[in-house]
Amino acid sequence: MATTYRICPRSGLQFDTAAEKLMRWNAVAGVLALLLGGIMALGVILTRWPAVHLLPADQFYLALTSHGVNMLLFWIIFFEMAVLYFASSTLLHCRLATPKIAWAGFWLMAIGAIMTNVAIFQGESSVMFTSYVPMQAKPHFYLGLILFAVGALIGCFVFLGTLVVAKAEKTYEGSIPLVTFGALTAAIIAIFTIASGAVILIPTLLWSLGYIREIDTIMYRIVWWAMGHSSQQINVSAHVAIWYAVAAIVFGAKPMSEKVSRSAFLLYILFLQLASAHHLLSDPGVGSEWKVVNTSYFMYFAVLASMIHGMTVPGAIEQAQRAKGYNKGLFEWLRKAPWGNPAFSSMFLSLVGFGFLGGISGVMMGTEQLNLLIHNTIYVPGHFHATVVIGTTLAFMGLTYFLVPVLFRREVLFPGFAKLQPYLFGLSMYVVALVMMGAGTLGVSRRHWDMAFAGSGMAYEWPGAAYLMMGLTGIAGVVAIIGGGGWILQIVFSLLFGKKLDEGETRSTPIPLTLPPQTGAHAAHIGTPGTMVLALVFLVSFILYYFVNWKYLSSLWGMA
Amino acid sequence: MSAISPPAERIWWKQPIDKLEFTWIAIAFVWSLVMFVMMVYWHIAGGQNLSNETYKTTKEMFAAKTQAVVDKYTVRTGTDAEKQFPVVKPPAGSDIYLIGRLWDWWPIYELEVGKTYKLHLSAMDYMHGFSLQPQNINIQVHPNYEHVVKITPNQKGTYSIVCNEYCGIGHHTMVGRIYVK
Repeated sequence: MATTYRICPRSGLQFDTAAEKLMRWNAVAGVLALLLGGIMALGVILTRWPAVHLLPADQFYLALTSHGVNMLLFWIIFFEMAVLYFASSTLLHCRLATPKIAWAGFWLMAIGAIMTNVAIFQGESSVMFTSYVPMQAKPHFYLGLILFAVGALIGCFVFLGTLVVAKAEKTYEGSIPLVTFGALTAAIIAIFTIASGAVILIPTLLWSLGYIREIDTIMYRIVWWAMGHSSQQINVSAHVAIWYAVAAIVFGAKPMSEKVSRSAFLLYILFLQLASAHHLLSDPGVGSEWKVVNTSYFMYFAVLASMIHGMTVPGAIEQAQRAKGYNKGLFEWLRKAPWGNPAFSSMFLSLVGFGFLGGISGVMMGTEQLNLLIHNTIYVPGHFHATVVIGTTLAFMGLTYFLVPVLFRREVLFPGFAKLQPYLFGLSMYVVALVMMGAGTLGVSRRHWDMAFAGSGMAYEWPGAAYLMMGLTGIAGVVAIIGGGGWILQIVFSLLFGKKLDEGETRSTPIPLTLPPQTGAHAAHIGTPGTMVLALVFLVSFILYYFVNWKYLSSLWGMA
Repeated sequence: MSAISPPAERIWWKQPIDKLEFTWIAIAFVWSLVMFVMMVYWHIAGGQNLSNETYKTTKEMFAAKTQAVVDKYTVRTGTDAEKQFPVVKPPAGSDIYLIGRLWDWWPIYELEVGKTYKLHLSAMDYMHGFSLQPQNINIQVHPNYEHVVKITPNQKGTYSIVCNEYCGIGHHTMVGRIYVK
C-alpha cells in the first residue's frame, strides 16, 4: 500500500498523505464538538447567572449534559487522535500504520458521538456527563459512548502500530522525540481509560436494556471515575506534550534534560490513574487508608511530575531565549517572548493557568479531609475549567494556529484577532475558574438549576457574595464564549476562505531523520534563574493556599 | 534538535541534570511528602475526619429505623414553612437517621450545641448530596448504604441541608434543615 509524503515548505515537517487527511478530519470533528459544546455552555452559563436565569430546569440539565459530554469527551479526544497521528507519523517521518483501520476508528467515534448527542437531545437522557446510577439514560446514550470509546481505542493502537513501523523501517535514529514520548504516555493512559469505561458502561448499557437488575452505586463511582478522571489525564499528557512542542516550534527550545522530562511522563503512567480515587473522598464504603494512599498517589508522584513539567517547559524556553542573547536580568527572556504569536501566548497562558489555578486547587480538592469543603460544589467545575479549558483546550487552540498553515495549507484569516484571542479566551476563563471556586468555597452547588431554590419550602439564603460570584461567572463566561466562538469562526473561515498556500514537494519515499555526529561534548550550560523564581512564587502560593484551607476546615463542626 | 526531534545525544540518559532543575525536583518532592503527612496527621490530631463506618442496608430497613427515631423523639410538627415535617429532638449521644429522597431531607432535627450525635445517612432512590450550609460540609449519600458520621455542632443556629448531587428535575427544591440550640 503506497502512500506519498509531503514536505511542508513552511515548517519542514514531513506528512504522510494518508495520515494528514486523518489528522484534518479528526481535528475538524473535534472543532464541531467544541462548537456544539460551546453553544450548550452559553445555555448553562446564562442559566447559572442568577440575574438572567435563562433556561427552564429540564433544558438546563439537558444543556449541561450535552456540554459535559461534548467538551470533555468528543472535542478533546477527536483532537487528541489528530495529535497522536501527528506525533507518530509526522514527527517520526514514517507512514501511518493501517490507515484504513484508522478510518474505521474515526467513523466509529463519529457515529458514537452523534448517537449519544441524539439520545441527549431527545430529552430523556439528562443524566449529566457522569450518568450516575440508578438514574437511567436511554440505551443509545451508553451505546454511543461505547462506540466512541472503541473508535478511540483503535486510534491508540494505530498510533502504537505506527511507532513499530517507524522503528522497523528505520525512519529515525536514536530515541523517539520527547513530544512523541508524551503522546505515547497519553496513548497508554487512554488504553487504560477506555478499558475502565468498557468495564462500567457495558454493564450499565445492559442494565438500561433490562438485562441486569441493579448496579452498585459505589462500584459505579469507582470504576466510572477510573474512566472519567483518567480521560482527563490523557489530556494532561497530551497538552504537556504540546507545551514542549510549541516551545520547540516557536523557540527551537530543547528540553533541559531529556532524562527528567521523560521520567516525569513515566510518573504519569504509573501514578495518575490512582488520582481517580479523589472523586470518592466524601463517599461512604471506601476506607480512609484507601483514600489516603490513592489520593496521595503514592506521595503525590503525579503532582511531582506536573511540577517538574511546569518548571522544565519554561526553563527550556528560558535557555533558548538566553542563547539568543536575551540575557538581561531575570526576565528579559520572558519579556521579549513573542507575545503576539497566538501559538506561544496560548501555550504560556495554558501553562500558568493550569499550574496556578488548576494544579493548586486540584491538590487541595484531592486531600482527603479538605475534600469535605468542596465536594460537589461549584468549586469542582471551577477547578476543571482551569485544568481542562485553560490547560488542554487553550493549548489545543494554540497548536491549531500553527497547524492551519502547516497541515491545512491555508493562511490564518484575521491575524489581528488571532493575536488577541488567547488573551480574550484565556484570561476570561481564568476569571471564570476563580469566581466559580470562590462561589464553591461559599458552598454553592454544582449542577444546580436555581440557587434561590424556587418552590422549595425551606429555601436557604446564600450570602450576597455567592450571588456576586455567580454573576461574575456569568459575565466572564460569556466573554470566554465570545473568545472561544471567535476562535471557531476564525479557524473555520480560514479553512474555507483563507489563502491557499503552497503544498510543497511530494515524494514517494520518506526522508529518514538522522542524528548529528555524536561528539560527546555538550553545548555551554545556560542557567534558568528566572524560571526558578517563577517556580518559587508558585510554591509559596501553593503552600499558603493549602494551609488556609486546613484552617477553614478546623473551624467546622467536629466530625469523626 | 528540540523536543520534536529525537534527542541529539544518543545516550541522553547519561546527561547530567541541571542544578536548579534538580533543586526544584527536591523541593517539590519534600512538599509532596509534607502534604501526604498532613492527611495522616489530621487523622490523629484533627477534629474533622469523615467516618468510615458504613453498612449495607435496604430502603425499607433504613426508612423503618428513621421512623422509629421520629416516633420516639418528635417534639412538634413543623410549620408550613417546615413542610409540616416532624421536628425531632433526640437526646445527646443518640443515633439519628436522615433520609435523602426525591426531593426532601427528612425529618428535621433539633440538636444541642457541643453534643455529639451519630448521624446515619442513606438515600431512598437516586444518589443525593448532603451539603450542610453555611458550614459547607459535603458528603455523598448513596442508596442501599448506611453511612454513620459522628457530628458535633459547634455553633448555635439554623442550618440548611442543600442537595448537591443532581437528582432530577426537582433537585433545586431539595433543601432540609437542622436546628442547633
